[in-house]
Amino acid sequence: MAYLTIENIQLSAIAACVPKNRESNAHYDWISEKERDLLIKTTGIEYRRIAPKQITTSDMCFASAEALINELNIDRKEIEVVIFVSQSPDFFLPATSIILQDKLQLSKTTMAFDIQLGCSGYVYGLSVISSLMNNGKFKKGLLLVGDKSSFSPSKKDKSTYPIFGDAGTATLLEYDPFAQKMDFNLQSDGSGYKAIIIPDGGMRNPYSDESDKMIETSPGIIRNRKNLMLDGIEVFNFSLREAAPNIFNLLKYNKTEINEYDFFVFHQANKLMNESIRKKLKVEPDKVPYSLQKYGNTSSASIPLTIVTELADKLKNSKAEVILSAFGVGLSWASAALTLNKLKCLPLIEIE
Amino acid sequence: MNITDFIKKIETEIDEFEAGTLNPDTDLRKTTAWTSMHALIIIALIDTEYNVTITGEDLRTITSIEDLYNIIQSRIAV
Repeated sequence: MAYLTIENIQLSAIAACVPKNRESNAHYDWISEKERDLLIKTTGIEYRRIAPKQITTSDMCFASAEALINELNIDRKEIEVVIFVSQSPDFFLPATSIILQDKLQLSKTTMAFDIQLGCSGYVYGLSVISSLMNNGKFKKGLLLVGDKSSFSPSKKDKSTYPIFGDAGTATLLEYDPFAQKMDFNLQSDGSGYKAIIIPDGGMRNPYSDESDKMIETSPGIIRNRKNLMLDGIEVFNFSLREAAPNIFNLLKYNKTEINEYDFFVFHQANKLMNESIRKKLKVEPDKVPYSLQKYGNTSSASIPLTIVTELADKLKNSKAEVILSAFGVGLSWASAALTLNKLKCLPLIEIE
Repeated sequence: MNITDFIKKIETEIDEFEAGTLNPDTDLRKTTAWTSMHALIIIALIDTEYNVTITGEDLRTITSIEDLYNIIQSRIAV
């Protein structure tokens, strides 16, 4: 069982960046008005931010990281590790984190690598960077997390196009012997790998003439094999089945009760799914923030983006016990229990 | 649990179905209001109310609300 307890690391600041360009699901004219209304009501997604061609995930993460460094007056030399978590890297190779090391003018003694995860990526990334920092007594670390999910869905696929929005974030972690511990429960199930997939373009299925062929797979869904494909019912049932027990097991592991936590920040999948999970946990609605309505499902960026846009004021002067829970593509899912102590959140950054 | 309550729950949860318009023989997928989004709403409803998982395959094979009700019954019984 992948339970982890990590000491001495404080999650001290978060910045998030979205593209200025906003799309409204009320104008998604591939489906009828009636279907649009139901989509918005059920998923809770009204708007999404969509990056133009020239803006990548790493640009949004860079803007977030630069803002953190400048606003908090961070000595760049003290950043000893940078990890980029994304499924929309700048290139097949090299790893984007290494390009960011240079762009952020970090020392050549900085450790840098990428983690290729989506929805679950923030919690996974947090566990990896915190473990490394604790082991090496690294002064500071940057966890850069996000996706330009809009690069892959077909506009004629109602099951993906109106769901995803783009965002890139930066989280600052610091070595602090007085920090409260963090606890993690990390899981995976590759038998469901086809539930959320871009079938072609990797080594398993290189691009071919077939890749561009648009196929109507069901009413309202026309896509090709380069497009993101999502089996809605499969993913929905997976999340209903796994997310709550993963949290309950974490609480058993760290011997705490659900009512000891102030906030539950979920991956922003869709409103119906997240509300079903909230009800399973028997948590009050005011402890479960949503950024879905304004930004859609922002993949791995969803947890830090939600903290920045929905919880910044509530967290800035206080100590809060928080559960983070993320689930999706892989299939991969994880939760974390941690203490946020006067967390600094920068105002949301918009770039164009 | 009985089928009348189950039908009432569906009518409450899904605005497109007016109260009293559904009956045990209704094939939900053949109603004019039905969209793929309703599948998720029904799955969430059944999960929350009865703690039973309904798969995509289940929804493809049923032809009436009664079929769906029977699936739920059989899984509660197990």
